[in-house]
Amino acid sequence: MTSETYIIDDPDNLMFKLNRRALADPGVLENERTKIFDKSWIYCGHASEIPDPGDFETRTVCGRPVIFCRGEDGEVRVFLNSCTHRGAQVCRERSGNAKRFYCFYHGWTFGCDGSLKAVPAEDSYPPSFDKTNFALKLVPRAESYRDFWFISFNSEIISLEEYLAGAKEYIDLVVEQSPSGCMEVIEGTQEYDIRANWKLLVENSFDDYHLVSTHKTWLDYMKDSGVEIRPPKGQGLLLPTHGIGKNLGNGCAVIDNINFRGRPVAKWISIYGEDAKEEIDAIRAELVDRLGEARAARVADTNRNLVIFPNLVINDGSSVTIRAFWPEASDRMKVTAWALGPKEESKSARARRLDSFLTFYGPGGFATPDDVEALESVQQGLKSWQEVQWSEMTRGIDKEGEQLNTDELHLRTFWRQWNKLMTVGNA
Amino acid sequence: MLTSDTVSRSDIEDFLYHEAALLDRWQLDDWLLLLTEDAEYEVPSTDAPFAKNGEALFLIADDITRIRARVKRLQDPEAHAESPRSRTRRMISNVRLTKRVENRLHVAANFSVYRFRYGYEVRHFVGHYHYELLLGNGVFKIQKRRAILDNTELGPQGAVSFIL
Repeated sequence: MTSETYIIDDPDNLMFKLNRRALADPGVLENERTKIFDKSWIYCGHASEIPDPGDFETRTVCGRPVIFCRGEDGEVRVFLNSCTHRGAQVCRERSGNAKRFYCFYHGWTFGCDGSLKAVPAEDSYPPSFDKTNFALKLVPRAESYRDFWFISFNSEIISLEEYLAGAKEYIDLVVEQSPSGCMEVIEGTQEYDIRANWKLLVENSFDDYHLVSTHKTWLDYMKDSGVEIRPPKGQGLLLPTHGIGKNLGNGCAVIDNINFRGRPVAKWISIYGEDAKEEIDAIRAELVDRLGEARAARVADTNRNLVIFPNLVINDGSSVTIRAFWPEASDRMKVTAWALGPKEESKSARARRLDSFLTFYGPGGFATPDDVEALESVQQGLKSWQEVQWSEMTRGIDKEGEQLNTDELHLRTFWRQWNKLMTVGNA
Repeated sequence: MLTSDTVSRSDIEDFLYHEAALLDRWQLDDWLLLLTEDAEYEVPSTDAPFAKNGEALFLIADDITRIRARVKRLQDPEAHAESPRSRTRRMISNVRLTKRVENRLHVAANFSVYRFRYGYEVRHFVGHYHYELLLGNGVFKIQKRRAILDNTELGPQGAVSFIL
């Protein structure tokens, strides 16, 4: 076994070990950029962020500044935000509505469809200069599934739908919370850094094994608010309800849990207050009406933490959050988190959703800061990666069939795909 | 006795400095005594600093029940993000009484809050407060307390795991 081995994956011998080098060696990140991020489908944005022609959002995806925008023709496009003349960004606003993208450096002007519209003193260019050759460059691939837009710098990649595989149904369960099938990103973005390797947040985002010890104060808060948090006796559970971990294909995985923590759509808990009961009942009745009892129960009574390989998390728990994160260095990441809700939701339901979000999630929530602390603590501990070389990830490995949310099948699923991409082409 | 007619900026400054000292010393139970029974504490997201609670995603949007739960949490050694606790140092300045309606005082103040923890570089939170103070029986109580960050993203400041 060489130091190049990232994982020891030997289910026959009930062994799964992760080489901590994958999380701690600064040299790994450069390979990840080309072998993981530039080869996968990467989340870019949600269609609701740019509802009208000319709407745009600028952001950095895979290290490239991009413009996520809707053209006059209503089509969503993703451009590289770099003037085809000499490279300056043609849009320096965070978001807005534009008829044109104007490069202030030399004054080139582009349309929302990317076409080069105007060049000052064009007559000084040679006759061969043709404006049609200087449109803003599109990213190689951009596709969407139910308003979630992804891009890829790998022009050969399989279609987004094929890539999402079993994750599609879990996105459906989120979208079905809206009677019209229209979810929207809500104003207000949480953007924060964590001093830890980005893959630690992948693990953490669907690791229910840590909940009881890391989030004791959150569980106490739930208990103080009248929510039952004791696990049932004799079922081998750490949490009050049963949940499973599932491999969804292509490195995507999920934990799928029976809800105990409340859901704005549509599971009342005492934190929401007596006043909320009637409206939550009505939301649930609409679900049953539209989807039937069984599907409505799946939407309303289970919560899900979904990882779409490599760096997108959709947590559909106390509220719905889209969370994407980016390595800045091997030991630092940038996290962006948005809240998502049904477009037609009432004011009171929207307020409840946002309030419920903050009880757990985010840099000021009652749980996320402790996750951040855990990840940062791991990263410190991993400085000894050359001496303490392996992390253990075998929970549930000897089980036939179903695995619990507190097992580690879903973590192994991510790491297997990561390892596959990182070692492709190696002898 | 101090009334809303006689209150001066320095009276308000004294109160805000007292609050800052309690928070920097982590005397959170004493801090709770400065709040009204219907107090609110809000930190909007950095890209929506003037949004309305209930319509936009905030970083923190607590009513009094959750403020008290937050304090309880922060006093538990298992609030890992603040265990060990951060050292904070608050600089409060540019205090202005912007509006006075009967015994309700609208107060604006700038803040510069330094947070130190482990050997990490300083995390610097800069912005302004908007307070609504109630003055009764010569005593200030905080009814609304909104901390609006100038940081364009939380970024290296990380979490708002203490009371900002």
